[in-house]
Amino acid sequence: MRRRSAEAVDSGPSRRHLATQALLAAGLLALLWWLLDVTAGNMQERGIRSGFGFLLEPAGFAIGESLLPFDSADSTLRALAAGLANTLRAALPAIVASTVLGTLIGLGRLSSNLLLRGLCAAYVETLRNVPLLLQLLAWYFVITDLLPMSSEALQLAPHVFLGKSGLALPWPGSDGALLDLPQRGEMGISGGAALTPEFLALLLGLSLYTAAYVAETVRAGILSLPRGQSDAALALGLTRLQMFRLVLLPQALRSIIPPLTNQHLSLTKNASLAVAIGYPDLVSVANTTLNQTGRAAECIALIMAVYLILSLLTAWLGSWLERRTGRWAHGS
Amino acid sequence: MRILTIALTLLLLPLAPAHAGKTLDQIRQRAQVVCGVSTGVIGFSSADSRGRWNGLDVDVCRAIAAAVLNDPDKVKYVPLNAQQRFTALQSGEVDLLSRNTTWTLTRDASLGLHFTAVTYYDGQGFLVPKKLRITSARQLKNAEICVQSGTTTEKNLSDWFKAQGIKIKPVVFEKFEASIKAFFSGRCQAYTTDASALAFIRSKEAPQPDDYMVLPELISKEPLGPVVRRGDDEWFAIVKWVIFALIEAEEYGITQANVEQMKAGGDPAVQRLLGSAEDSGKLLGLDRDWAARALKAVGNYGEMFQRNVGSASPLKLPRGANALWNKGGLMYAPPIR
Repeated sequence: MRRRSAEAVDSGPSRRHLATQALLAAGLLALLWWLLDVTAGNMQERGIRSGFGFLLEPAGFAIGESLLPFDSADSTLRALAAGLANTLRAALPAIVASTVLGTLIGLGRLSSNLLLRGLCAAYVETLRNVPLLLQLLAWYFVITDLLPMSSEALQLAPHVFLGKSGLALPWPGSDGALLDLPQRGEMGISGGAALTPEFLALLLGLSLYTAAYVAETVRAGILSLPRGQSDAALALGLTRLQMFRLVLLPQALRSIIPPLTNQHLSLTKNASLAVAIGYPDLVSVANTTLNQTGRAAECIALIMAVYLILSLLTAWLGSWLERRTGRWAHGS
Repeated sequence: MRILTIALTLLLLPLAPAHAGKTLDQIRQRAQVVCGVSTGVIGFSSADSRGRWNGLDVDVCRAIAAAVLNDPDKVKYVPLNAQQRFTALQSGEVDLLSRNTTWTLTRDASLGLHFTAVTYYDGQGFLVPKKLRITSARQLKNAEICVQSGTTTEKNLSDWFKAQGIKIKPVVFEKFEASIKAFFSGRCQAYTTDASALAFIRSKEAPQPDDYMVLPELISKEPLGPVVRRGDDEWFAIVKWVIFALIEAEEYGITQANVEQMKAGGDPAVQRLLGSAEDSGKLLGLDRDWAARALKAVGNYGEMFQRNVGSASPLKLPRGANALWNKGGLMYAPPIR
């Protein structure tokens, strides 16, 4: 209520501001329209086909691993959807893993134990200061070099194999069979569901890298609280763990969530580095599409639109959470 | 990075000159041919340790610069990856694309481009470790196959195995180095790309070349050749006929070394080609000795082949389909008259 009345008071003198802003927005829109129009005109003049009709035509290429069942005869749109599903399949678990790991490391940096503090600080400084692309490549080649050849894959449990093709697990069968069991053959592992080295490297790389940033966010959030809070908690006889869990973290959440949302945003965008290590994410599939069809403008517009939507969704989710925790913290 | 480049090029598309028939004038004015090449394919276009470009595709650029500007060194090479190449040509960043690019209907008919002539007949093959003990690509059932993205390779792979009723899993890498490293670390049972590149990969990249073999099947036709923008027929004709001249010269036995002697010889067809009788250059808007200059710069097609990819090169590729038509190959130039 208070906020709305403040806006009402402001709106009187800001009418001129509003007009300038509307004018600016109109100008920007006109510029964008002009750019699009001239580009489309020039493309037509040069005989470059444009439009999104190609999305409904058969893709014509296969995707190595896909959450959505995909065949090369399916449409390009479905290929892109499979790519998006693959992006989310890596990004969502990585968001959870990096948040959990990052929180633990952030708390570790505030620990009274010198060794733990030092280790956590070393982790953050190392992971944060090496480019993510290099980390992904390093993880990928370490994983593929270490694992045994597919024909000599390790059997961890009945029908669970670990080899250069990744971790193969039994999976509900598609055609009649109750379970699709992985089999070891001359050509490696067939059947079942596989967590490929590409997926594992991406998941590992993204989680560990982002965890370093999350750790700093958590540490900063806790350090922003007045010293009196921890002193009071300890004086009441709480253990250090109880102090973090019951007193500091709930209050720090308010300042942690906005930058944390940012980290989740960059994690999703960083997942596009998957192309470097052979994981068929959205960008990888869109790249192949771009090459088969030559529709550069359309493919790039699509990638940009999808990432924009993903980012806006994440941001919206973050601010919803922020409002919720804010209310909760006020209430308590 | 790549996406940024394409986005920038697209942004510049409205500003690029849209007039037709001006490419030759522009080249003369700036005294330079701008040639789109690969970011490094040995034998076709790659830069050596001193930054000098060489290869079969590079020689085409040099021949054209010699024919048009009388100096094979007046070429600016723009390295382009597979995703950038068509946009760079469409937007006018390069005058021609001489970059192992396969001629297909979609590319020829819908990208605002023209393929000029075929400079290399390639085909897609497979490299496998010998210890897999297979002799045919048909035995690659359920295999994982490493492939680099950004080419016609992925589509051929999926088409061919679909036709055979065999399931395979492609593992697609953006960078050549990563795809090669993954294959030689044993991640995939096979590696696929154009046969010309497989020979090089086996001899130069494999830890033990003898542990690997190329399977006999070629699963696709890959006619590679230079591409130009649509809307400039004069420039299209120049690129096409310089290449034909290089092929025709091999047929008549004109080499880099004997151009001058042959000029004075008695064969009317040779004299026409070299400009010592009729002026064939005038029809193309070039000087009369256009073909002679190109030949002096790079030699005939056979010499280009041997030097860059054939017996005198590390690749040691056989002429095969790239021999002249009268020697069992497919290289055939329309008559220059």
